[in-house]
Amino acid sequence: MANLFDIFIKSVFIDNMVFAYFLGMCSFLAVSKTVKTSVGLGVAVIFVLTITVPVDYLLENYLLKAGALSWLGPQFADLNLDFLSFIIFIAVIASMVQLVEMIIEKYSPTLYTSLGIFLPLIAVNCAILGGSLFMQERDYQTVWEATSFGLGSGVGWFLAIVGMAAIREKIRYSNVPKPLKGLGITFIVTGLMGIAFMSFMGIKL
Amino acid sequence: MARDSEPLFSSKNLKLLTDPLNNENPITVQVLGICSALAITVKLKPAIVMTLSVMVVLAVSNVVISALRKSIPPRIRIIVQLVVIATMVILVDQFLKAFAYDVSKQLSVFVGLIITNCIIMGRLEAFAMANKPWPSFLDGIGNASGYGIILIIVAFFRELLGSGTLLGYPVLEKTGLYNIGYENNGLMILPPMALITIGIIIWVQRAKNRSLIEE
Repeated sequence: MANLFDIFIKSVFIDNMVFAYFLGMCSFLAVSKTVKTSVGLGVAVIFVLTITVPVDYLLENYLLKAGALSWLGPQFADLNLDFLSFIIFIAVIASMVQLVEMIIEKYSPTLYTSLGIFLPLIAVNCAILGGSLFMQERDYQTVWEATSFGLGSGVGWFLAIVGMAAIREKIRYSNVPKPLKGLGITFIVTGLMGIAFMSFMGIKL
Repeated sequence: MARDSEPLFSSKNLKLLTDPLNNENPITVQVLGICSALAITVKLKPAIVMTLSVMVVLAVSNVVISALRKSIPPRIRIIVQLVVIATMVILVDQFLKAFAYDVSKQLSVFVGLIITNCIIMGRLEAFAMANKPWPSFLDGIGNASGYGIILIIVAFFRELLGSGTLLGYPVLEKTGLYNIGYENNGLMILPPMALITIGIIIWVQRAKNRSLIEE
């Protein structure tokens, strides 16, 4: 249990998807103009990451890894389908996003309209695929660890985008050099936020 | 291509190749494909390998999608595009693992993340779905070079100032700067400096080209 909590804290702060690995940058920069929309996208990312990482974990361990197919019988024990993982992961993500979209549309039309275009966009958000690929690289022991990692990464991404949006709302009133306006200053502010987040690196878990 | 009489490198086609280098740069103007641009620019070598990988994937999938564009049902086009891209990325990944294993380890998950690199989806949607294969091929090469130029500039400064080397060759040691008290700037190696470097590149580019300034 303590272990799960460690993984969660680690993926929220220390290995933050945005500031440590720059994942999901495109939508991070495009959608962080106002706090309201960024909360919507952040929640959707948490949701999708928490679902896709464990699903991809199960697929990885019972289908793709070297020897993962041994539950089918001894003749499958030395099969290694690792090279298929990209295409399987992206298929899972695309279909999960579609599924989540349909479920939300059915049960909560208000949330659906407020998320709007962001839901389908999540399929190509690198933070989602990145979550699955990091899960594969770091070799988590149980599906619960993978879930905790997925949830943590989502929360970290949410915090980053909401913080960024809050700063950008204020920056509109400051006197930024003209050529730096818009995109340029956003990059630099993200960099400074990244430096601030690096202070978490000292935490040993 | 045989039917229209346009020469292979007409001015319109050349524009496809040169525009993304500056005025339509995928990173600094279209804001596509930032994620990978930042993470792998600590050293020059991975940046160059990444540029080449993106170029192969983008050019080939642009051609494939452009050739298929009339037979893809619009409703499922995203999935079709993802399958084409993912197939190409798997090929590139296997190739790198076979012939450049250490670089492939350095790039870690970022080769896989070419799949969700927005440059590729963006160009497929915006260009290949509406144009013939040859212009799409040029568009792919052009955009990948525009992406690569930024990557290489950022990696050049980060490696030179951060580690004092270029492509692993100790440039600054030869100039004798260390003897007069120069030290490597450790901050340049840290991830946030990539963002700030790109911010400065955008600043320089927009100061020169006023039409790009946002209001």
